[in-house]
Amino acid sequence: MASILELRAVKAFYGQSEVVHGIDVAVEEGGMTVLLGANGAGKTTTLRAICGLVKSEGEILFAGERLDRRTTEAIAGLGVAHVPEGRGTFVGLTVEENLRLGGYTRLSAARENIQRMYGYFPILAQRRRQQAGALSGGEQQMLAMARALMMSPRLLVLDEPSFGLAPRIVEDIFTIIERIRQEEKVSVLLVEQNASLALELADHAYLLETGYIVTSGSAKTLADDPQIRRSYLGY
Amino acid sequence: MHQFLQQIFSGLAAGAIYASLALALVMIYRATDLVNFAQGEMAMFSTYIAWTLVNAEVPFWGAFLITLVVSFVGGMLIERVVIRPVENAPVLAAVVVTIGLLLIFNSTAGWIYSYTVQDFPSPFPDRPLFGALMTTRDLGVIAVTLAMLILLFVFFRFTATGLAMRAAAQNPDSARLCGIRVGRMLAIGWGLAAAIGATAGIMVAPVLFLDPNMMGGVLIYAFAGALLGGITSPVGAVVGGLIVGVTENLVGTYLIASQLKLTVAFALIILVLVFRPNGLFGTAIVRRV
Repeated sequence: MASILELRAVKAFYGQSEVVHGIDVAVEEGGMTVLLGANGAGKTTTLRAICGLVKSEGEILFAGERLDRRTTEAIAGLGVAHVPEGRGTFVGLTVEENLRLGGYTRLSAARENIQRMYGYFPILAQRRRQQAGALSGGEQQMLAMARALMMSPRLLVLDEPSFGLAPRIVEDIFTIIERIRQEEKVSVLLVEQNASLALELADHAYLLETGYIVTSGSAKTLADDPQIRRSYLGY
Repeated sequence: MHQFLQQIFSGLAAGAIYASLALALVMIYRATDLVNFAQGEMAMFSTYIAWTLVNAEVPFWGAFLITLVVSFVGGMLIERVVIRPVENAPVLAAVVVTIGLLLIFNSTAGWIYSYTVQDFPSPFPDRPLFGALMTTRDLGVIAVTLAMLILLFVFFRFTATGLAMRAAAQNPDSARLCGIRVGRMLAIGWGLAAAIGATAGIMVAPVLFLDPNMMGGVLIYAFAGALLGGITSPVGAVVGGLIVGVTENLVGTYLIASQLKLTVAFALIILVLVFRPNGLFGTAIVRRV
């Protein structure tokens, strides 16, 4: 399969210090790729480099276009939707306003897209007039994903969707990510602490340690790797 | 009683002008975390543009609209050329830049138009209304301000650009991730603030007369209004501005000599800062670290 996103020898910076030291990552069109690693391994910084939120070196290719040196807003316009760490919802605005903002680059389809999102996330329809800050953690995560999907992206970049959520809610979220991936025909790049759940859903996985890729391969291979089982899966 | 009501209404007319300028201050503060000390002088300069047009026989409302457009573009240019380079500089640097702008506008106006006080025409006749409770001029000023506020409300609430501006002010990174060009939104914010200020200047000029220093006092009252309402709240700016206008008028009439009225504004600023730093409607500023 062709790659929709390709990182070639990408270095990424947190402020002035280099925390990702030249990595190669590919995300297959229509697939789900997961980036695993401990805290501070450089996962979030890698995602932020893809979206132009931090300084980077090397080549980042998305559907044949260079993303590096483009602005974040231009990258979003190309169809890369990023749900950042901490979700990045506009807490002072209503649920529906958040969704309208997600559709900023696809204004003509916004109305119909909002209805589709309410189909995926009925709870958001109930809370449409509430301020996003008043939502629970799980609801905020749903809002953040719906906000990202509003731009009808070709690539969905998710930074720890399970963060701070109860296990049952995490399962709901992942069920819906899988459903969205199939129905929206969107490729997914996922960073996740919950390695066992992520490896179950993803088809490809990369393991990042202190800014280097140490292992990569099919999700199944990594799930069977004894070292990864010990360090990240706990059995 | 009659005189008291009269003073309230003329206070509301003055308050509407403070409210406009306060709103301009709040818009820029929300977008760029910056108090624009040049807001008053920018408004004064816009008023001179309107005056020039009126003297060139342009009908008043035509001159008004042209001035708004010119001010909007000018405000955007100021953001692009002068403010953008200090966007990430320490706050003090940005403050010094706005004070520099204040001096530049003041001196430039003096140089072009001289410091001679000029008459400025009012578009509204000066007739008593409702048994001399208020004048048509007061009513006109209040109506224009109200119309402007409604337009702004509709713009921010219902248009994609207005919503994008609110988003950019609240969370610039997330706004970028939505594809919003945050820099452009900031420039539009400065443009709008300049146009709002121009409205305030044109409305106040027939009362205060036109000269390069005319907005100094108005800006102080507007600051008091913005702080009273809470410097982060547009609604607060309007309410605060109106309260300041009425208070200033009543205190000046009944308590102290009207030459000392400006002290009311300073007293209010100090009281708000000491007892209620977030103002009536403002929210505490939480900074992520």
